[in-house]
Amino acid sequence: MRTEIRFAGFGGQGIITSAVIFGKAAALYDNKYVVQTQVYGPEARGGAATGAVIIDEVEILYPKVVDPDIYVIMSQDGFDKYGTKTKPDAIMVLDSGLVHDRPNCTYYEVPASRVAKEDLGRVIVANIIMLGALVAATGVIGREALKEGILTSVPKGTEELNMKAMIQGFELIQKI
Amino acid sequence: MSKLEFLQGNIACAKGAIAAGCTFFGGYPITPSTEVAEYMAEALPKIERGCFIQMEDEIAGIASTIGAAWTGARSMTATSGPGFSLMMENIGYAFMTETPCVIVNVQRGGPSTGQPTMAAQGDMMQARYGSHGDYAIIALCPATVQECFELTVKAFNLADQFRCPVLVMTDEIIGHMRERVIIPDSVEIIPPKPAKPTDLPFATDETEIPGFLPFGSGQRTHVTGLTHDERGYPDSADPQRHETLVTRLVHKIESKRHEIADYEIVNPDAEIIFVCYGVPVRSVQQLAAQDKTIGYLKLRIVWPFPEEVLKQFKCVSTFIVPEMNLGMISREIERHTTVPVVSAGKIGGDLHTAQELQEIANAYKATRGRT
Repeated sequence: MRTEIRFAGFGGQGIITSAVIFGKAAALYDNKYVVQTQVYGPEARGGAATGAVIIDEVEILYPKVVDPDIYVIMSQDGFDKYGTKTKPDAIMVLDSGLVHDRPNCTYYEVPASRVAKEDLGRVIVANIIMLGALVAATGVIGREALKEGILTSVPKGTEELNMKAMIQGFELIQKI
Repeated sequence: MSKLEFLQGNIACAKGAIAAGCTFFGGYPITPSTEVAEYMAEALPKIERGCFIQMEDEIAGIASTIGAAWTGARSMTATSGPGFSLMMENIGYAFMTETPCVIVNVQRGGPSTGQPTMAAQGDMMQARYGSHGDYAIIALCPATVQECFELTVKAFNLADQFRCPVLVMTDEIIGHMRERVIIPDSVEIIPPKPAKPTDLPFATDETEIPGFLPFGSGQRTHVTGLTHDERGYPDSADPQRHETLVTRLVHKIESKRHEIADYEIVNPDAEIIFVCYGVPVRSVQQLAAQDKTIGYLKLRIVWPFPEEVLKQFKCVSTFIVPEMNLGMISREIERHTTVPVVSAGKIGGDLHTAQELQEIANAYKATRGRT
């Protein structure tokens, strides 16, 4: 089944990176067909940042996201752009400290940026917390696959920090 | 053991080049092709005799690529619309001097600087006719990231086989999207035809393709864009000399177009046949999965145009041609068939959806129903 995932936030949060890591995890470690795309433009510098991943058991032909099944939203701007048009059975994982509105679909509030900063000491891993939360909330790929995707993508020396962030993401969903 | 990787199209092109034995890249970065140069800048210095040069502009980029080919290296450059325009004169020079080299054009919206970050297929006619004078060209059009890898490898082989510049015409969507790619341990490499020590550098046999004597091969070679004799010496005022040379250069490619042809046919007995190349192929395949009344021809090589293939569709009543331009290859198809051709051009950067293509097919079916 085709599953479309939209990632949105602002430049510098690692939105595109998280889409690439997630796509890699699904394609190489969960044996799925994957197409990953991004909005590639002047707005990628500092303004809005958008990435997308499509996952399927069969070859993906049309490469662009049409109507997302899952949203990962890390800014109010990102919510304004995508969050108001969700279909009723969509699932949204949102950074509850940065997104003030709530969608009409099922959603999970994850204080990723606050936990990254206060508990892990590095706000930069908020995107990895969101990936952990995404996988825990939707099961769209396996936890082991996500772990491999992260470990083969992040810079050397940051593996432990990123693993802690991923596990935080799993746990924040279990608490809900 | 082949390897699975998760790559974007531009990187797959670069990896294809490295796999094919490319040791030289000369170019000037331009969106949306920059990742090709970035990867080559990292990879080439690690390879024996590997060399990457960022030149002052695209004219110098293709010039250095041609120069490197004459040292015997497999060489490549990559660019997009505005840079492709600047390369036109030297692409003609590469054709005239029978220089094997590969040019990747990651197409973006034009004319002029147009839409740097959006996809298009607006350079397809420029690819064929953009340089001055009579010439022929080979142009490959990948529709997947896997094909970016495979067709770049193939481009190097065709360049050496036919001794001509070969174009890989991709676009911003394929260039920047990531997919799973199978990277084989090794790829088939077809070397250029060797020359005998007694051969003149531009003397040919019945194949019309001279053996390759790059600089340093121990034999006299002279290279010029002027009309030249078999030694490579200029002889530009003899009408017969020019006619013989340019006719051979065009003929060595055009006469082999059915051997060069690379395509896929699905449901050839359909009445409605989509003809597609590059990224719109994906929308056509999506439609074909839903609507069994349509068939399609997917071209992996657009130039030289394999017009004989059109005859394989015995029941066709219309060809529909979705392209990310206002109708270019649709005209080429019109030239070769009496069957009505519907151009489904779309510009702006968004790919045709399967739904849009379905509507075009339905509109055609409705007109058929009335007559």
